[in-house]
Amino acid sequence: MPVGVYGVAFGAASIAAGLSVLQTCLLSLLTFTGASQFAAVGVVAAGGSPLSAIGAATILGTRNTLYGIQMKQHLNVRGWRQVIAAHITIDESTGVALSQVPRGETAVRQGFWLTGVGVYVFWNLFTLLGALGTKAMGNPASWGLDAAVPAAFLGLLWPRLTTTYVRIVAAVSLLFALVITPFLPAGVPIVSCALVAIVMGWRKQ
Amino acid sequence: MTPTSLWGVVLVTSVLAFVIKYLGHLVPTKWLANERLQRINSLIPLSLLSALVVAEGFVQKTHVVIDHRAAGVAVAVAALFARLPFPVVVISSAVASAVVYHWH
Repeated sequence: MPVGVYGVAFGAASIAAGLSVLQTCLLSLLTFTGASQFAAVGVVAAGGSPLSAIGAATILGTRNTLYGIQMKQHLNVRGWRQVIAAHITIDESTGVALSQVPRGETAVRQGFWLTGVGVYVFWNLFTLLGALGTKAMGNPASWGLDAAVPAAFLGLLWPRLTTTYVRIVAAVSLLFALVITPFLPAGVPIVSCALVAIVMGWRKQ
Repeated sequence: MTPTSLWGVVLVTSVLAFVIKYLGHLVPTKWLANERLQRINSLIPLSLLSALVVAEGFVQKTHVVIDHRAAGVAVAVAALFARLPFPVVVISSAVASAVVYHWH
C-alpha cells in the first residue's frame, strides 16, 4: 500500500511549508484526506493567504461528499458510528468497499471499515515519521524537498490521466495556472483552476 | 503566514473537511443522480493537482520561474513515464533538485 509513502511525503511537505510537527499531525488526524492536506500545505508553501489554502483543500474534498452519498446506502449506520464512518470516507475506503459489491453487503461493509481504519492508522503514523525526519534535516531546498512536493502532486495526478479528455483538462489547467499566476495573489491561481473543471465538465464530452 | 493564520488553516480546513464528508452521509441519495455535478466533481482533482504542480514547481511568490525545482519535476515526469513506483518518483526528483541547487 502506498499510504505509508504518501504519509511520509505529506509530513515532509508540511514541515517544508513551515507548519509545526503538531500542526502537521493534526491535519492528518482531523482533516484526513490526503489531496486536501497536500493542497493546504501547498498553498502555505506558495505564500498564499489562509483563505486560498482552506478553499483549495475544501474544493478538493468535495469528492468525499459524493463518496458519502454512495457509501451510506451500504453502511446503514446512525449516531457516533455514522460520524466515524464519515471521517474515514475517502478515496481508498470507498474504492475498496465499492469493489466488493459483487461479493455482497457484508464484504462491502468490511472493506470500508477495514480499509478506512487501516489507512487512518498508517497515514497518521507515517505523517509523524515524515514530519520528524524532515524537522531533523534542516533546509528543505538543500535536500531537494521543495521539488519532492510537486513530484508528489504529479504522482497523485498521473494515475488519473486515463482518457484523452482528462489529459486535455490537466493540460489546460497547467496552462491556465501558468498564465494567471503573475496577475493574482499567491495561492489564488490554485483555487481558480477549479473554474477549468467547471467549464470543461459543464457539458457531456 | 503568521502562526495564528497557520492555526486557522489547520483547524478550519479540518472542520470543513469533516463537514463536507458528513454532508454526504446526510443528504438524500437522489442528489447523486445529477450528472453535471458528478462530471465536474471528477475533474476537480485533475485541475487542482495540475495547478499545484505549477504553483509548487514553477512559481516563486507570484512569478513564474525556472529554478532547481524544474530539474526535479522533469525527472519526476521521466520516472512516471517509465512507470517507476511512487517512492522512486519522489526521491529521484528530490535528488535531481538538490544536485542542481548545490551546483549553483
